[in-house]
Amino acid sequence: MRKGKPFSIRRIPGFTAIAVTCFVLLYAPILTIVVYSFNAGESVALWKGFSTQWYYEAARNEAVQEATLRSLIIALSASAISTVLATMAALGTTRTRRFPGRTLIYVMINQPLMVPEIVTAVALLIFFASIKVATGYSGLGYLILAHSAFCIPFAYLPIRARMEGMDLALESAAADLYATPWRTFRRITLPLMAPGIVAGAMLAFVISLDDVIITEFVKSAGQDTLPTYMLGQLRRAITPEVNAISTVLLALTVLLLTVFFLLSGRNTAKS
Amino acid sequence: MTRVPPEAGLLEANVEAERVKRNWLLSLPALVLLLVGASGPLVIVLVYSFMEPGDFSGVVWNPTFDAWVQIFFSRDIFDGTLGLADAHLTIFWRSVRLSLLTTLITIAFGLPTAYFIATRPGRARVFWLFLITIPFWTNLLVRTFAILEVIRSEGLINTWLQKLGVISEPIQIMYTDTAVLIGMAYVYLPLMVLPLYAAIERFDFKLVEAGYDLYANRWQVLRRVILPIVKPGIVAGSILVFVPSLGAYVTPRVLGGGKNMMIGNFIELQFGQGRNWPLGSSLSILLLLIVMVALLVYVRVSTRGADNA
Amino acid sequence: MTEQGVAVSAQSVSKVFGVPPNGMRALDAVSVDIRRNEFFTLLGPSGCGKTTLLRMIAGFEAPTEGTILLEGTDITAEPPFKRPVNTVFQSYALFPHLTVAQNIGFGLEMLGRNRAEIDTTVREMLALVRMEEMGGRLPAQLSGGQQQRVALARALAPRPSVLLLDEPLSALDLKLRQQMQIELKRMQRDTGITFIFVTHDQEEALTMSDRIGVMNGGRILQVGSPHEIYNRPVNRFVASFIGESNFLDAEIVESGRPARVRLAGGLEATADCADGEAASGKVTLTVRPEQIVLGQEGDGSGLAGKVTNTLYFGTDMHCYIDLDNGAQLVARTPATTDGRGLHQVGDAVSIGFAPGALRIIGG
Repeated sequence: MRKGKPFSIRRIPGFTAIAVTCFVLLYAPILTIVVYSFNAGESVALWKGFSTQWYYEAARNEAVQEATLRSLIIALSASAISTVLATMAALGTTRTRRFPGRTLIYVMINQPLMVPEIVTAVALLIFFASIKVATGYSGLGYLILAHSAFCIPFAYLPIRARMEGMDLALESAAADLYATPWRTFRRITLPLMAPGIVAGAMLAFVISLDDVIITEFVKSAGQDTLPTYMLGQLRRAITPEVNAISTVLLALTVLLLTVFFLLSGRNTAKS
Repeated sequence: MTRVPPEAGLLEANVEAERVKRNWLLSLPALVLLLVGASGPLVIVLVYSFMEPGDFSGVVWNPTFDAWVQIFFSRDIFDGTLGLADAHLTIFWRSVRLSLLTTLITIAFGLPTAYFIATRPGRARVFWLFLITIPFWTNLLVRTFAILEVIRSEGLINTWLQKLGVISEPIQIMYTDTAVLIGMAYVYLPLMVLPLYAAIERFDFKLVEAGYDLYANRWQVLRRVILPIVKPGIVAGSILVFVPSLGAYVTPRVLGGGKNMMIGNFIELQFGQGRNWPLGSSLSILLLLIVMVALLVYVRVSTRGADNA
Repeated sequence: MTEQGVAVSAQSVSKVFGVPPNGMRALDAVSVDIRRNEFFTLLGPSGCGKTTLLRMIAGFEAPTEGTILLEGTDITAEPPFKRPVNTVFQSYALFPHLTVAQNIGFGLEMLGRNRAEIDTTVREMLALVRMEEMGGRLPAQLSGGQQQRVALARALAPRPSVLLLDEPLSALDLKLRQQMQIELKRMQRDTGITFIFVTHDQEEALTMSDRIGVMNGGRILQVGSPHEIYNRPVNRFVASFIGESNFLDAEIVESGRPARVRLAGGLEATADCADGEAASGKVTLTVRPEQIVLGQEGDGSGLAGKVTNTLYFGTDMHCYIDLDNGAQLVARTPATTDGRGLHQVGDAVSIGFAPGALRIIGG
């Protein structure tokens, strides 16, 4: 045993080393992408100087523009729809005594989390294929529908968590003070739920933006989102454009997460 | 004890009925969407698994067990006898093998990492949590691509090994089982760390003090005090890693190419070149069943653990 | 009683949770009348149903059976926001996202009063609870005692005819609680509002109430003034829940009101009857510790016993005594300033009773 170092009950030898190694291994590949997205050269093998040309290329690329726009439309729609539905479902299932069918509702809401994505993707492929044949419609509707559905549990969980932390007595107090159920909801319940709803919407947005498998199976020809575009590129030729797009996506994630951490830090400090 | 007459409690019953109706009405829109966009179509898959393949896509309405048989057996084209479908079995075995290995690797790396984060003081802990959460939320494709850039022939590892003179020619890592394994371990590591962190964070270190007080050394404390109590976290993390690994699609496709297929890729094949929708359906249902079993095992283990705790 | 009038009346109210016959009966055919302008306390141990009854008056629970009347009107089916009754919650339930002033004014806002009236009333209420400077604070910035006062102000602002208080002082420390007890009593007298107070603390009930309703197991056991409850408890539970009681076995020698009894050990004394009828045969007596007279052994006038333990309380002393006849008693004697005359462990004593101290409770 080394002298001079006080005995710490929490220290397990080797764990810190492995943990730090782990973080390094986790970030090295990501940082590689970020660094080389600014590489004037084309591959990791050769650093040819700093350049932002790949970002320009990606931004000018019409396919990328279309895919990005499509991703945003779908993510915003899916986030909005799933958050509203999840909020209603949370109101109906939390902080209330057991009622017949509650377990069924839980199972159905959480089902997208339990079923492997490839299975859902296959199921939707088959389902929408018949509808496409029957109606001839092949717009964004299918993707928005699919995304809204699997985003529901992601929106639901933070909302539910927030509501469970709310004192039941608060709504009783409002009713005691002559507030009708609707006014209680608007003045007391909704404002207090708001942080959870925002978190749920953000989560749903990120999940929708990220989705690859279900989108890949459900989309019609040429209907790429950003992830499916990237997947297509990876199969053909690995261009540095993908580096640039990846870095942008990464930056977006970091930004959203920072906001999220700051918000929840402030919330816990207040309560 | 006085019996409650039947007409009594009418007001109470009405209030109760109103409550149940309200809860159901609020949940209904979400349920309808989920039924149409997630659960309902699964039934169609089940039905399709009992059909015959159509000429180019889709199915022909002709109920048969063929698609299920084809999972494990193949018909010899010359004499029509059934034999084990080696190619299929290789794929299944690869999927199970790689998923198990991924789980083990993520435990080996994830446990120390989670322990490290959970034992940081105050603000530092939030910082490290933030660091581990970023990869968790980063796009799957971006992460897979990151590994790609590291292990491919012109990638980071090969470039530096050649520069340092360790090797003269690039090592072929891409398009092997190893590549897929590295990719999956990388992608799923945060999924193992987070539940482990939650379990360790709840752990009462006074128990460790008690262990040391009773003459245990560091390893005994780890093995006999910490690990048994943290076990539910390990189980949760294992399920969170094993289940998606089994159904992985993107990572094996990007890193393994067309040759090192896992179940997910094999299913996709049936809807593409394979042109065998029923087989794709039956495989999907099989995968779903395996996942359900794994989840049931998890629920059993964790509730039993909760009873014992 | 008729001049005072009845503010709230519960008539044969029952509440069953769950499905009968396995359901839990929280209230069992409870009937009680609470008078206007009185400070009425529902007292009992946890789970006795007092909070359930209070919530029913507020409107948060619907009775399985029975009716609730407010000033003679049946409000059993009315939702809480239609009842002119306000509640001070045990957890205070202050709205965390509203300021103190907004909290206090909330009820008036919901009732549609205009801004000027709300502001004036809020200011009055802040003055009433002595928190004039705190109007702009958020609940999270207040101490427990301050939150409690805001909860009180909020419930009083709409000037309800009845105020319900659900163990509002239980989270406060001793000194603060004693202060608030005095304040609440003063407020009730000043505003003239009917207060219905729920607590499990019998000392609190005794000091604050005009009348007390003692509850246990979903039933009201006794309703009366603090004096009545303390000195003439109707059964064993009430006698032991309020203050301390001793219980002795005895036999009726001559029935009547008061009856003549003989205690084990030979001593004869007179005892009051708890209910109307005179009892006969073997009975249980109850007597308060402060009404036991300790004399030296050999007096011959009382029961013989030995002191087994003493507890010194500053103001008085509790002596734990084993009687020769097998019973055990607690006696309370005032402490002397010079410490002389205090009993010690091992002393032999003779037990006597102050006049009117003994009471027959149950057979």
